Formats: sequence, C-alpha cells, structure tokens
Amino acid sequence: MTLLILLSVSFISAVVLAFVGDRKFAPEINILGSAATFAAGVGLAIEVYMHGPMVAGNKFFFVDAFNVYLAVLTSFVSMTTAVFSRRYMRWEREHGRVGHWGMRFYHAMFQLFIFAMLLALLTNNVGVLWIAMELATLSTVLLVSLYRTPTAIEAAWKYFILCGVGIALALFGTVLLYFAAEKVLGEGGEALLWTNLSQVSDKLEPTVLSLAFVFLMVGYGTKVGLAPLHNWLPDAHSEGPTPISAVLSGLLLNIALYALVRCKVLVDGATGTHQAGYIMMGFGLLSILVAAFSLLRQKDIKRMFAYSSIEHMGIATFAFGLGGQIATFGALLHMLVHSLTKSSIFFTAGHASQMHRTQEMDKIKGLLKGNPLVGWGLMFGVMAIVGMPPFGVFVSEFLILTATMKDAPLLTPLLLIGIGVAFAALFRRVQPMVAGLIPANQHPLKAAHIPVILHLVLVLIIGLYMPDFLSQWFHTAVELLK
Amino acid sequence: MSINLAAQVNSIMAALILLTSFGLLVQRRMYGLLHLFAWQGLFLSISTAIVGYVSGSHHLYISSILTLALKVILIPYILHFLMKQLHIHKEVEQLVNVPTIMLIGIALVIFSYYLTAPIRELSTLVTRSTLAVALATVMLGLLMMITRRHAVTQIIGFLALENGLFFAATSATYGMPLVVELGVALDILIAAFIFGIFFFQIRTTFDSLDVEQMTKLKEED
Amino acid sequence: MIELYPFIIEAIQIVIVLLFAPLFVGWVRMLKCWFQGRTSAGLFQPYRGILKLFHKDVILAENASWLFRFTPYLVFGVTVLAGGIIPIISLTLPFATVADVIAIVALFAIVRFFTALAGMDIGTAFGGMGSSREMMIGSLAEPAMLMAIFTVSLISQTTSLSNMADVVIHKEFILRPSMAFALLAFVLISLAETGRIPVDNPATHLELTMIHEAMILEYSGRHLALIEWAGMIKLFLFTTIGIASFFPWGISTSVNLINISAGIIFLILKMGFLGIGLILIETGLAKMRIFRVPEFLGSAFLLSTLGMLSYFILE
Repeated sequence: MTLLILLSVSFISAVVLAFVGDRKFAPEINILGSAATFAAGVGLAIEVYMHGPMVAGNKFFFVDAFNVYLAVLTSFVSMTTAVFSRRYMRWEREHGRVGHWGMRFYHAMFQLFIFAMLLALLTNNVGVLWIAMELATLSTVLLVSLYRTPTAIEAAWKYFILCGVGIALALFGTVLLYFAAEKVLGEGGEALLWTNLSQVSDKLEPTVLSLAFVFLMVGYGTKVGLAPLHNWLPDAHSEGPTPISAVLSGLLLNIALYALVRCKVLVDGATGTHQAGYIMMGFGLLSILVAAFSLLRQKDIKRMFAYSSIEHMGIATFAFGLGGQIATFGALLHMLVHSLTKSSIFFTAGHASQMHRTQEMDKIKGLLKGNPLVGWGLMFGVMAIVGMPPFGVFVSEFLILTATMKDAPLLTPLLLIGIGVAFAALFRRVQPMVAGLIPANQHPLKAAHIPVILHLVLVLIIGLYMPDFLSQWFHTAVELLK
Repeated sequence: MSINLAAQVNSIMAALILLTSFGLLVQRRMYGLLHLFAWQGLFLSISTAIVGYVSGSHHLYISSILTLALKVILIPYILHFLMKQLHIHKEVEQLVNVPTIMLIGIALVIFSYYLTAPIRELSTLVTRSTLAVALATVMLGLLMMITRRHAVTQIIGFLALENGLFFAATSATYGMPLVVELGVALDILIAAFIFGIFFFQIRTTFDSLDVEQMTKLKEED
Repeated sequence: MIELYPFIIEAIQIVIVLLFAPLFVGWVRMLKCWFQGRTSAGLFQPYRGILKLFHKDVILAENASWLFRFTPYLVFGVTVLAGGIIPIISLTLPFATVADVIAIVALFAIVRFFTALAGMDIGTAFGGMGSSREMMIGSLAEPAMLMAIFTVSLISQTTSLSNMADVVIHKEFILRPSMAFALLAFVLISLAETGRIPVDNPATHLELTMIHEAMILEYSGRHLALIEWAGMIKLFLFTTIGIASFFPWGISTSVNLINISAGIIFLILKMGFLGIGLILIETGLAKMRIFRVPEFLGSAFLLSTLGMLSYFILE
C-alpha cells in the first residue's frame, strides 16, 4: 500500500504539474508532492525495517534493505531539490531564461523523473528496470536543453544519443540474461523477476551471463558516467538547470549503479568467479583517474563538480567490484554521502553562478562576503566531498581504502593518487571563489538555505556518528550483495 | 507451413534485415533512408510473426503488430512529417570513404558471429542462428551513428539499433515477456517525440541539422 | 532414346554459343526499342552487323604492332573456349571436367588483359583511357565475382560449374539467404563486366563516358567483327553462368537427345526472360559517373561477402 502511494504520488504530481506547472503555486505543489513521496518512502522503509524484505503487487515489486535505502535517499534529495528549485527557478524565470511552457515542462518532467527512478528501484522485473532507466533518461533530456542555448542543445543531444545507445546495449544484456534465465525458470514473465533470478543464479549458464554482463556494464556504465563512456555527463550537468544537475548527479547515477550491482550479483552467482568484479574495478579505477586529472583543467563551476561526480561514482563502482564486507559497506555509505554532499554543492554552485551571471570560476569571487550561506555552504560542501574529516565522505573513503589495502594492495596507490589529485584540484579552485572582496559583477540574491544546511548537517552527522538503524541497514544490504 | 520452411523464411528475413542495415549505412538520401528503415521494420515484423507461429507463443503476434504499427507506419510517418516541415527531405548527405565503412561493417558482422557463437551452441531454438544477425544490426546501427553527421540520420541509426534489439529478443528467446516489450515500445515512442522536438530546437539554434557544428563543449586547455 | 557422345554435345553447345549470342543481343535491343517506344531493327540485326563488318576491309594504323592484329583472334578464341566449359544445355561436357569456374574467370581476365593492351597499342588518347578504366573495373569486379562464385561453391562443395548445377538440381530446395546475396552480387558484377548500364553504355561512343568502346575504337573490318561477336558471346556467357549457378533446372543431366532438346528449349525461355530483366534494369537506371563505379562494385563485393557470411551464420 505504502509502495503504491510512493509511486503514484510522483506520477500524479507529474500529470497535475503538466497542466498547472507555470502557475504561481506550482513550486509549492512540486514541494508538496515530493514531500509526500518522501513520507511514503520513510513509511516503506519502516515497514521493511520491521518486517524484512517484501514482495508486492503480484510479484511486480520487490523491496529489500538495498533498494529501500536508495528509495528513501531518492525521495529525500528530490524533496530538498524541490525546495531549492522554488527559489532558483523563480530567479531564472524573473531573468527571462525560462518561459511559461518551460516552467510547466520543468515541473512535470521533474516529477516524472522521480517516478521513473523510484520505479527503477522498486521493480522486481529486470526488464522493467531497464524501461524505467530509459524513461529516466528521456524525461531529463529535454530538461537539459531547457535554456535553448546552443551549448545546452549540444549537451542534451549528446546526452540523448550517448545514453540512448548505452542503454540500448544494456537491453541487449538483459535479453541475454533472459535467455539464460529462461532455460532454468521457463518462459514468461517469471524468468525476469529478480526474486526468482537471485535464487537460481548458480544454475544460470556462466558463458552467457559473462557476455551479458559486458553489455550491461557498458550500458548501465554509460549512465553511471564511468570512463571512457562519461562524455555526456559533464556537458549535461553544466548546461542544464542546476536542480536537474543536482538530481542527475545525486540520484540518477546512483540508480544506474544500483542496476549494475543487481546484475553483478546474478553474474557472480552464475560464474562463481570474481570476473564481473574485476571488470567493475577496472572501469571504476579508470574513471577515478580520468576524472581526477580532468578536474585540474576545469573552468566551469558546474562542469568541475560533474567531473567530481564521475570520480566518486568511480570510487563506489570500484568498491562494489572489490566486494567483501567492508568495501561493500563503504560503497553503500559512499553512495549515500556523495548524493547528499554533491546535491548541496550543486545548490550553492547554482546560486553562485546566478549571483555572478556566469558559470566561469574565474569570475566568481568573494562569496563569503557576498552571501555567507552560499560561501560557507560551498566551502563546507567541497571540504566534505574531497574527503576531509569529520564529514561522511571521509568515513566511506577510509573504509574503501582500508578494504583495498587488504584485498588489492597494489591498487591502493592508484586510488590514492586519484583522490589526492581531485582533492588538490577542487581546493585550488574553491578557495579563490569563496575568499576575497565582493567583485563588481556580483549581485545579491535570496538563496534557498534549508536544503544546503540540511544536507551538510546530515553528512556531518553520518561522519561523526553512524545511527544504529543505518548501520544495521547497510549490514543487511551487504549480506544481500554477497 | 512446416517449421523448417518457416525457419528458412525467417533466415531470409534476417538476411534482408542485415541487408537493409548495410543499405542504411551507405544511403545518402534522406528519403532513401526513411524507406530503408521502414522496410527493415517490415522484415522485422514478418520475422516476429513467423517466430510467433513457429513457437506458438501468441504474444509475439502482438509484438509483431506493435512493430508494424510503430516501426513501419508511425515512426516513418513522424520522420516524414518532420522532414517535410524542416525542408530536408531532399537533402543529400556527404559521405566519405564508403568502402571503408562497408569493410568495417563486414568486420562487425564477423565479430558478432564470433561473439554469439557460444550462445548458438547452447540454444535449441530454430531461430538461434539469427542472433548473430541481430547483434550485427545493433553494431551496424552504432557504426551508422558514429559515421553520420546529420541529426536525422543519427536518429535513424539509433532506431535501426533498436530494431536489432527487438530482433535479438525474438531470435534468442522467442521474445521478451509482454510487459517488457510493451514498455520498450512505449519508450521508443516517447523517444520519437523527443527527437522530433529536438530537430526543431537544433534547427532554430544552429540553422541546420548538421551535428558537426556542435563542438563547443569540450575540454579547453 | 538416342544416346549422344559427349563430344557431339560439346560441338552442339559451341554452335549454340556462336549462334545464340547475337540472337540474345538482338532480343535485348529489340526489347529496349519497344520499351522506349521505338521501332526495332529486328531480331537478326546483330547478325547483319557482323556479316557487314566481315565484308569490309581492315584498316590498320601505321604503328599497329602484331599485338593489335593478334588480339581479335585471341579474344574470340578464348571467349568461345569459355563457352565450351559452362554447362549451357547439358552438364556432361568433356571440357567442363578439366576447367572449373575459377578458370572461367581467368579466361575472361585474359580477354580483358589483351583488349586493354590492344587499346593502348596504337597510342591514341581514347584507347589508353578506355584501357585504364577497363582495368579499374576489372580489378574491382573480379574479386567480387570470385566471392559470389565461392559462396555458391560453398553450398555445393565444388568449384566445377557442372557439379554446382548438379547439386542445386538434385538437392532438396532450400531458401538460402546466401544464394540470394550471391545472386544479387552476381547481377551487379555481370552488368559491370559486360559493359551494360549503369556502368557502361554499349550503345554510345560518347567520349567522356565510354569504356569498352573506347578500347576498340581503332578496330575495323573483320577484327571489329570478331571483337563485337566476342562481346556478344560474353554477355551470353555471363547470363548462362548465372543460369547454371542459380537456376539450373532444365539443363540436361543425361546424354540423350530428348533431354538435350528440352535443355535447349529451357535455355531459350530463360534467356528470353533474363533479357526482359536486363532491359528492366537498363531502362530503370541511369548511367552512373565513372567515379561512382568503385562504389557500385564495392556494394557487389559487400553483397557477395554477406552471402558468404550468411552461409556460415544463418545456414
């Protein structure tokens, strides 16, 4: 029941906002819808926490510790993003960057996007998971080109084509998966259900599944933004509206990684080797290094943080590939803290570029003096994202590094280099932006402060002290992913 | 119709799908591309119906009709409409190095054959041999998207790639579960509308549909 | 039933090749006239043309070497020899056992080689141009031709045309994609090899576009008659190669008179239909620019390769 509410609220909001999305009260509806989704998500989480995994809707839905935690995270970040987007989009509209239709479209697609992500998380059917991932892409494509500038359209086109192709390859992988499953489970819809697949994964044909995994890895890996398939990501993040960058970075990448990890569990069961893990580690490590060194060359603020997202998704992918208790725990935690931190950074970065009418970092200065919330928010956000204690990212990265030293000691230096370079690159850039006097091109702005503060405080809390229920949750999820 | 004959007709269809893929790869005229794409959809639809007949799985008839409606009628119609609106239906695209593209295409076919060989060994279906063609169609669609510079052509390449996926589903497993097939069809339909909007956006912003102009976003040094 | 000696069949076949080739060309020209709404010169006009040329004097250029005089006889002889190998009315040909399809391709290559040499012998601009174009087409068409033939021989596991036809006649009929691809490729190659539209136009002497006609521009009298006759035989032979490898039904498999006569009747019928097909292609297409020809032959190569691949993939 809670499940149905969770999904239907965002869908209904999308339909409603498609009609009234340009009215004055539209942002409030948007917030309300997201808040209701969040409430339903928490309700579902409590249910799962109390009674364990559940299957619902004629086996169509399946909720366990792994996906419910992501569902709560998704609904939470989408709620705070909705709060942020109220002020942000009002400013954009007042400054003529978005029109009536644009606002309608933005609000409707925002909710549809959330619906698609939740569907992807909660469905039990691997095929429907694919469909929802595609829907999530399609709903955000036109949001990236919302401003209709040449660069925005270029970015959206790249996003559409690259992710379309990537996800098509994932479908091929899914077909192969079904091919293998059908032999064990018989024809029909039953053979694509995750609950059935995970039980018989050791009976699936290993050669087919390893081939399938290559396609799934390339397909969903494109969406995760793993190098060398990451080209769309910085463009889409830098050219779209900031709330969309925040949810793309904070949520969509997580969902794609979720899909990948689910598939990996099946492949591991079938092959009985660590082959899939090695592939993931390779892609992850490559992404970390490519992103870290690309970070050094960035001039655009949102683009820079997009590369940072690639780096962090690389870390999480690497950790999932590494496997084992600590690494998986670290990866799950990392997905959570990265999502919270990165979206708050995008909130502040968005406001900063609004204040300076540009996204070029050389022209952004004196944020601490100009708008303390934006300045300090960006400062602390960057401190958190580069992995400084006492923030949560430090904890997760520390766990992952420890696990790497234990299981793959030779790779530790590479991982450290990546993290170190990213640290230097981000810090070098952020300091001039926040410090200094207010430049002439800075304009005052009413910033949305609640989301930023909320996210950063949460990351800080997780860094200082992990709540009992959270760690227990992660432990259950780790067990599931073994 | 005996099973054997049906399998033969199906491999003829597979061959025709492969042929249309190559045709798409080297066709310069917009209308020619559109026609080839519609033909490919038709062959796919016939093949799906035949596989449905052979396997006795009736949901394949539905997906055959779906393919016919979507890939042969609706999407070509939408594309035709867009081409008319954008005045590009008589446009001829510059294509260099056709022989090289063809050779790469042949190499991709061989590669797909090699890649699907283990699956062919495992499968017992009469359609198992067409899986290599399906993968080849996917790869050729990809190649088309890489080699072409026109937005509409890239989209046709994308749709051809999608055709290959459908074909893979029918030939490897007698079709995915209906719910998945319907969902995929829905996604394609949405995608069709989105690229329709895109064409207009690109056209109004860049004055042409040549994606070569989109090179602003890259890493500056 | 009257049994015939294989050598008699061989002799009958060569006579048929010699006589039917102009007839087929006449038929094609007649059809073309009808399709274009013109009055035709009749079915037998090519005979008259050849006869007329035989009566005329040969005019040789001052600097013509022995090669120039030797080539017409060689071209004619080799072409007729190829006509003895291809199973046209019967599969039991003594010549067919000693030479396979690769040899036939090689025979045509010899013809091309000497024609090109003769084209350059006089040293006129057109001759050289025609020769270079002909060699370009040849270098692209021959590999494609071999690929197409190999596809068919993969199915029948032999390279002898007679055995290939035998296998196709006697085996159970199966729809084969590889055969369809090979046939398509073969049609394209034949159009190029025999100098038909869209690659070359046999009816014009337009200097910018001609290929085959440019090479033989300096010939006259009986030399020209032989070369033209050989050209007609070449068209006839390509058609019969196509028949033997793709539609061999009707070709006599035994050596008695009834089957042979039936074979001849089938041959006439098939040639009649193929003539219509050829004219449909020729009237439907425009001649392409010479720079497009590599692409045209490239697609022939592609098709024959696809045929070979689909033999492995789909069958």
